[in-house]
Amino acid sequence: MPSSNVKKFIVYSLFMGILILPMVGLPSTGFEITRALLVWGVFVGILAFWLLGKSIRGSDAFQSAAGGLAPFRSRLFDNFTKVPTKIYLCLLLFALAAYPQVANNYMVDVGITCLIYVVLGLGLDIVVGLAGLLDLGYIAFYAVGAYTYSLLNLHFGLSFWSCLPIGIVLGAVCGCIIGYPTLRMRGDYLAIVTMGFGEIIRLVLNNWDKLTKGPNGLLGMAKPAIGYPSFAEGGVKWVSYSLKSLHSLYYLILLIAVLTVIGVGRLNNSRIGRAWIAIREDEVAAELSGVPTTWLKLLAYAMGAAFASVAGAFFASKLSYTNPNFFIFMESCIVLCIVVLGGVGSIPGIVLAGIVLIAVPEVSRELQNYRMLVFGLAMAVMMVLRPEGLIPATRHKRELHETEGETYGE
Amino acid sequence: MDTASFIIQQLINALFLGSIFALIALGYTMVYGIIELINFAHGELFTAGAFIGIIVLAALQKTGFVESHFVITLILVFGMAMAYVAVLGVAIEHVAYKPLRRASRLAAILSALGMSIFLSNGMMLSQGVSDRAYPSILGIEGFSILDARITYGQVFIIVLSLLLMVALQMFVNWTKLGKAMRATAQNQTMARMLGIDIDKTIRVTFMIGPALGAAAGVMVGLYYGSVRFDMGFIYMIKAFAAAILGGIGSIPGAVLGGMIIGGVEVLWSAFLPSEWKDVTTFVVLILVLYLRPSGILGEHVSETRV
Repeated sequence: MPSSNVKKFIVYSLFMGILILPMVGLPSTGFEITRALLVWGVFVGILAFWLLGKSIRGSDAFQSAAGGLAPFRSRLFDNFTKVPTKIYLCLLLFALAAYPQVANNYMVDVGITCLIYVVLGLGLDIVVGLAGLLDLGYIAFYAVGAYTYSLLNLHFGLSFWSCLPIGIVLGAVCGCIIGYPTLRMRGDYLAIVTMGFGEIIRLVLNNWDKLTKGPNGLLGMAKPAIGYPSFAEGGVKWVSYSLKSLHSLYYLILLIAVLTVIGVGRLNNSRIGRAWIAIREDEVAAELSGVPTTWLKLLAYAMGAAFASVAGAFFASKLSYTNPNFFIFMESCIVLCIVVLGGVGSIPGIVLAGIVLIAVPEVSRELQNYRMLVFGLAMAVMMVLRPEGLIPATRHKRELHETEGETYGE
Repeated sequence: MDTASFIIQQLINALFLGSIFALIALGYTMVYGIIELINFAHGELFTAGAFIGIIVLAALQKTGFVESHFVITLILVFGMAMAYVAVLGVAIEHVAYKPLRRASRLAAILSALGMSIFLSNGMMLSQGVSDRAYPSILGIEGFSILDARITYGQVFIIVLSLLLMVALQMFVNWTKLGKAMRATAQNQTMARMLGIDIDKTIRVTFMIGPALGAAAGVMVGLYYGSVRFDMGFIYMIKAFAAAILGGIGSIPGAVLGGMIIGGVEVLWSAFLPSEWKDVTTFVVLILVLYLRPSGILGEHVSETRV
């Protein structure tokens, strides 16, 4: 390991120690140094491991060894890629479909939560990953979906399926309302304004007692139901089957998630997706090349909001309950963490991160307490060490490792 | 209470709230002026200051030091909170900002946001989720102008924050380091060519800005009597609105913006339902950004920045 790396490592972990030790180890009652040292140790360990790996990879011995190994590696890689990706995807889908049959109710519930976050993460990825607009108030659209379904179902008795398009349209409209005033903004200004908008929606839901029952929330929405024809007594009759059990709800959200993955994947490679990427890379150049930036940015907000709205409607119908405190700023942060840690713009990364980040903390209470602490620090450290995320999207990786272009402080 | 004393009372309230917002906004403005990035963790640093204040105060109260040496207590509480948060600010700069100085803007913002999430959850874990009572050492003694009641605590807080602002202005205008800061804000490359230590300047900025925020945190704690791990969020957005309103990057602008936001909030609470007062701040923020993104005293903000 070169000495400059060692020095950097020591200074970096020292400063991290200053940050972590009091934050974790100084509770109101006394000083719990072991707990703090543990958290610090984990981060320093990861850092050391990564730096070691980097310096080994950079060394001459490794390079020559890697050169010798290259044929093996490419042969192994070929064997994997020979099998079409579709087969892997089918296997994955099969595993996801079989999951409720082997898991208990609690695990199915966790699975549902994971899939909701996968849908949210992919929706946010349209805004952050493709169009490059940082949205910190994303959870507001989730709230819009949830409250649209709740209010329409409670007051007018509309079914889940008829509320879905209404929710999508309303979500998209809210997306445009947020998007329009922020069209000229970028970067940090945009982040703060969207954060403010998210809070406004939450505060409106919280304070508008007459409509939303304020902090008490709305209760008693119907579960989604599907109709099927019955031929029992002579003619055809439509029987409705309410998706009450966790298993049926799991399959519904799985369907929504799969459709979202397909939808976002298609968007990614479409003309619109490419236009978004052009806007993200250089807005002025995109505009000059004839990309209608105003419309496309609004469209990105609307599309992202629509996905969140669907997830929200599902969430409200699953719990039969909503309240404004489900939609606090920290929820937006969790969704953003999923997108960032998974890899901005990378669908497999976000799906994986959504499942891992939501499921792992469920394992133990202790982990759950530390969840956001670790996510937050991981986000900061990830930006320093590996800004492209766990499973990088190829296009995005190049952009993030560029040293020229839009830098700050010049 | 007649109209005149009502106006005086509200004026004092506005001045108090305004100086709190101004102190926090100064931190934003200074950091933005130097590295053109918003310090997302600033709201959390403000809360951290409040918590350090509570810890120091509780320790001093146990020994009975507060009653015997009141002035020294105040100096200790403010001094330690500011010193600790200054160190925290430098640590954040080193961990989250410095390695990304040449990376893309999105990466830098996300890393700052990660720090903010980390700090706020760290405080939740170490200080608890519920409100914590602040030892009330300022008391309720005061004096009356007409019918308006003004406590000595309010006067102390307003005077102290004004002193801090004046001291900052003097530091930036008259010292060598302040000159270096202004040069760096104007043109970093040129400043570096002229031999200014950019790293050091940025470090100093990350010390002074958070320290002012910490002072505001202690003041809020002393005045309202309770602190909470997530109180930084709402103050952060309001102070940000203040910084933008006054023109980000401008120190007198931040003070002016803070006073205006404080005034608007007090006016709103006096005449309109107070549960909607947070919404007004957001609306002001969005309107300012939409109509005049460079703010009242700000210089022209280039298209790419906003």
